[in-house]
Amino acid sequence: MKALFYIIIGVALMVVCWQLVKLLGLTKKENQTATPKENDINGKLMLVLMTFIYVLMVLSLWGTREVLLPQLGASEEAYHIDLLFKYSMALILVVQFILQALIFWFTFKYRGTEGRKAYFFADSHKLEMWWTITPAVVLAGMIIYGLWTWNQVMDASDAENPLIIELYAKQFQWEARYAGDDNTLGNANVRFIEGTNTMGVDMSDKNAADDIALAPNPETFLKELHLPKGRTVIFKLRSQDVLHSAYMPHFRAQMNCVPGMVTQIKYTPSVTTEEMRAYPDTKTKFENINALRKSQGKEEVEFDYLLLCNKICGASHYNMQLKIIVEEEADFNKWLKTQKTLAESL
Amino acid sequence: MSDHHHKETFVTKYIFSQDHKMIAKQYLITGMIMGIIGIFMSMLFRLQLAYPGESFGIIEAFLGEGGEGGVMTPDMYLALVTIHGTIMVFFVLTAGLSGTFSNLLIPLQIGARDMASGFLNMLSYWMFFLSSVIMVLSLFVTTGPASAGWTIYPPLSALPQAMPGSGVGMTLWLVSMAVFIASSLLGSLNYIVTVLNLRTKGMKMTRLPLTIWAFFITAIIGVISFPVLLSAALLLIFDRSFGTSFYLSDIFIAGEVLHYKGGSPILFEHLFWFLGHPEVYIILLPALGLTSEVIATNARKPIFGYRAMIASIIAIAFLSTIVWGHHMFVTGMNPFLGSVFTFTTLLIAIPSAVKAFNYITTLWRGNLQLNPAMMFSIGLVSTFITGGLTGLILGDSGLDINVHDTMFVVAHFHLVMGVSAIFGMFAGVYHWFPKMYGRMMNKDLGYLHFWLTAISAYGVFFPMHFTGLAGLPRRYYNNTAFPIFDDLLAINVVITIFALIGGFAQLIFLANFFISIKKGPKAPQNPWKSNTLEWTAPVEHMHGNWPGEIPHVERWPYDYSKTDANGELWGGQDFTPQNVPIREGEEVF
Repeated sequence: MKALFYIIIGVALMVVCWQLVKLLGLTKKENQTATPKENDINGKLMLVLMTFIYVLMVLSLWGTREVLLPQLGASEEAYHIDLLFKYSMALILVVQFILQALIFWFTFKYRGTEGRKAYFFADSHKLEMWWTITPAVVLAGMIIYGLWTWNQVMDASDAENPLIIELYAKQFQWEARYAGDDNTLGNANVRFIEGTNTMGVDMSDKNAADDIALAPNPETFLKELHLPKGRTVIFKLRSQDVLHSAYMPHFRAQMNCVPGMVTQIKYTPSVTTEEMRAYPDTKTKFENINALRKSQGKEEVEFDYLLLCNKICGASHYNMQLKIIVEEEADFNKWLKTQKTLAESL
Repeated sequence: MSDHHHKETFVTKYIFSQDHKMIAKQYLITGMIMGIIGIFMSMLFRLQLAYPGESFGIIEAFLGEGGEGGVMTPDMYLALVTIHGTIMVFFVLTAGLSGTFSNLLIPLQIGARDMASGFLNMLSYWMFFLSSVIMVLSLFVTTGPASAGWTIYPPLSALPQAMPGSGVGMTLWLVSMAVFIASSLLGSLNYIVTVLNLRTKGMKMTRLPLTIWAFFITAIIGVISFPVLLSAALLLIFDRSFGTSFYLSDIFIAGEVLHYKGGSPILFEHLFWFLGHPEVYIILLPALGLTSEVIATNARKPIFGYRAMIASIIAIAFLSTIVWGHHMFVTGMNPFLGSVFTFTTLLIAIPSAVKAFNYITTLWRGNLQLNPAMMFSIGLVSTFITGGLTGLILGDSGLDINVHDTMFVVAHFHLVMGVSAIFGMFAGVYHWFPKMYGRMMNKDLGYLHFWLTAISAYGVFFPMHFTGLAGLPRRYYNNTAFPIFDDLLAINVVITIFALIGGFAQLIFLANFFISIKKGPKAPQNPWKSNTLEWTAPVEHMHGNWPGEIPHVERWPYDYSKTDANGELWGGQDFTPQNVPIREGEEVF
């Protein structure tokens, strides 16, 4: 019933809007097409809109510089992606700036006036040739550079001694399994899920016994995925129920987890958590965040790498996360030693 | 036509009408009602995003149990984004836009008495109406409407255990879409046949207005791609109801292993996007077609590069069917396929750029009549460029990795196809309202509507790119679970404020539209001094469109401001309708 009340308000607003127009005598206009005066006002206002768009662009670029991800990508692959991104973004901004200026300037400059005669200009093969070829050449460059980058990021075939980690997604949490001493993951399938074997590892597979399932940190009771700096990590992704997506924005990495198959993504972490915390962008961002949190009466936080779910997966999709810790390889190896293998834990 | 003097009853005239003009109006009104629902939903979930956890009376009033205490539940949030997407993409921008203007303009602009099959046309509308009713009814089932996102990827959409919306709500969604697709196919076949067979004497394909070219090519893409979505939906129905495993395999949910084995969700993604991407152009091309006509008429200039425009429509249509994989770079699809799709995707920027340049050149040295329709068309060119350019980032597989499924994507597609297409639709309504209702809409309300809408569209979607670049995923109920997103709250508030302004601004349009139908000043026959054939038909609607013979076409539709050898306007006026014979000494285009 309350909904009806809101609908009536909406209708009433519409009627008010029309009555105002009637009161102002605006309905009696004889002239159907825009008058020179209307052309003049709206042509000038178009320049205002252009200014608004430019101001919005600058404000968005400048105003969000402290909230974006840290400039420093946390993996070797991120370097390639970020460079391609910078070039593409620069190109886009230049084109955007010029084309918007042309649209709104022409609209303003050629707004209809009494004496103006439009110029009959139907075709120019030379012009059209130019603006077909120019984008074609620019895009050819973007395609070649883009595909080169794509191969750099996706091709894991020449990785030396990669670390194999399985990420296992389910509503609404992440699990992980390190491949252990043989660096080969034991087979797994949901049909083997039983009791504490929550990832469904086939324990009859000889590669399974030395696998290490990520256990919660005994102090925080939270799972923390440890990664070594400087060693390529190949993630094998699986899902238990619906689609999920392992999104690690600081490493510029993302891949879906698909039930029934194993997907893969790799990267080489290049910045430890400690180094990233000390990086100026990160420091500024977290100073701002903590100031904000303080004003809301929340506890302070410090930077951590994150794995987020980025494919709609159900009610708690918005809170499906895993903390990632990047550390020096020696520290990583020390930590890994403290973890129990499946043979010990199951 | 023998049925000129046929007596019409209320039912055959207003309800089961076979007249293309009435069907167009039916499409428009139905599309507008769906649009009100869709836009209103977005205003509700924008409230949640800017003020997470705060209580709003309006949320409780409309969402019932899903908004108990004035705060929506996560399930309700996902339901709202899902149905908002479905309604806006299919019901407003496919049926509401293309259905309205294809029906209205194809017979009138090519010089035909009606569509090739009036009966199929009526059937097409009523199936659309039925599917709208089913979709709206699905909002009221106790487990909630479909909530798996408008892309309804299985297994989420296939398993009621995964989310409540995947129960009855999802079944109704699928039934509604199946009926919708049938409606769309009937409509499209009719458009194609009509354009090919019923053009008046002299209306060669190379003399068709660009609107008709856009509708014609759109109908062809629809016929090619919609059946694939139908098959995807049917297989999903099988998986859901009859235990097959087309899309499902190795699933453990709610404490038990399900029997499915051997299927692949990626198969569904391929089938879905084989429609899904062409769908973007099914939405956009008609809007661009309407814009071409509105810009040429109001610039008092021929559209620049008529043939290049046709060629780019065809190129876009062709490419649109081979780029769907760019929605799937990070789904586990083979990276080599990703390379192929990057290549084809970036190619599509070339015809799009040609179109944008041609619009801008059309504005150059014109005598711009800034009517509300023209304002929206210029707005379309602007948002089409702003939104289109970020496509270069998303279409590049390497860059897509990090922005895939973030708010960056949401900002991109809303600008390039949402806002652009809606602007095209508004331009169409303002421009052809006199043709539809024989009356004029109020210009001042039109201007007010444009300014509020344009400002808020940019205000909503421009800053949204940057929340995506900060790593914020889409379809997040709130972002308070991650401290790294805490500092995005201020941007979210700004976006929501603009969204509310933009939403309320549509009331101005609705008031203008509905009251002008009754109270607007009577329209002259050719209010915008346009060249195309629809303006040679009488203002009062009649069966068969023209009394007596259908006018013959003697020239292309863009002879605006054409001058003779002495530099004087031909005939002393700046337009020459298509049915005026070529004069002696006149150059022909």
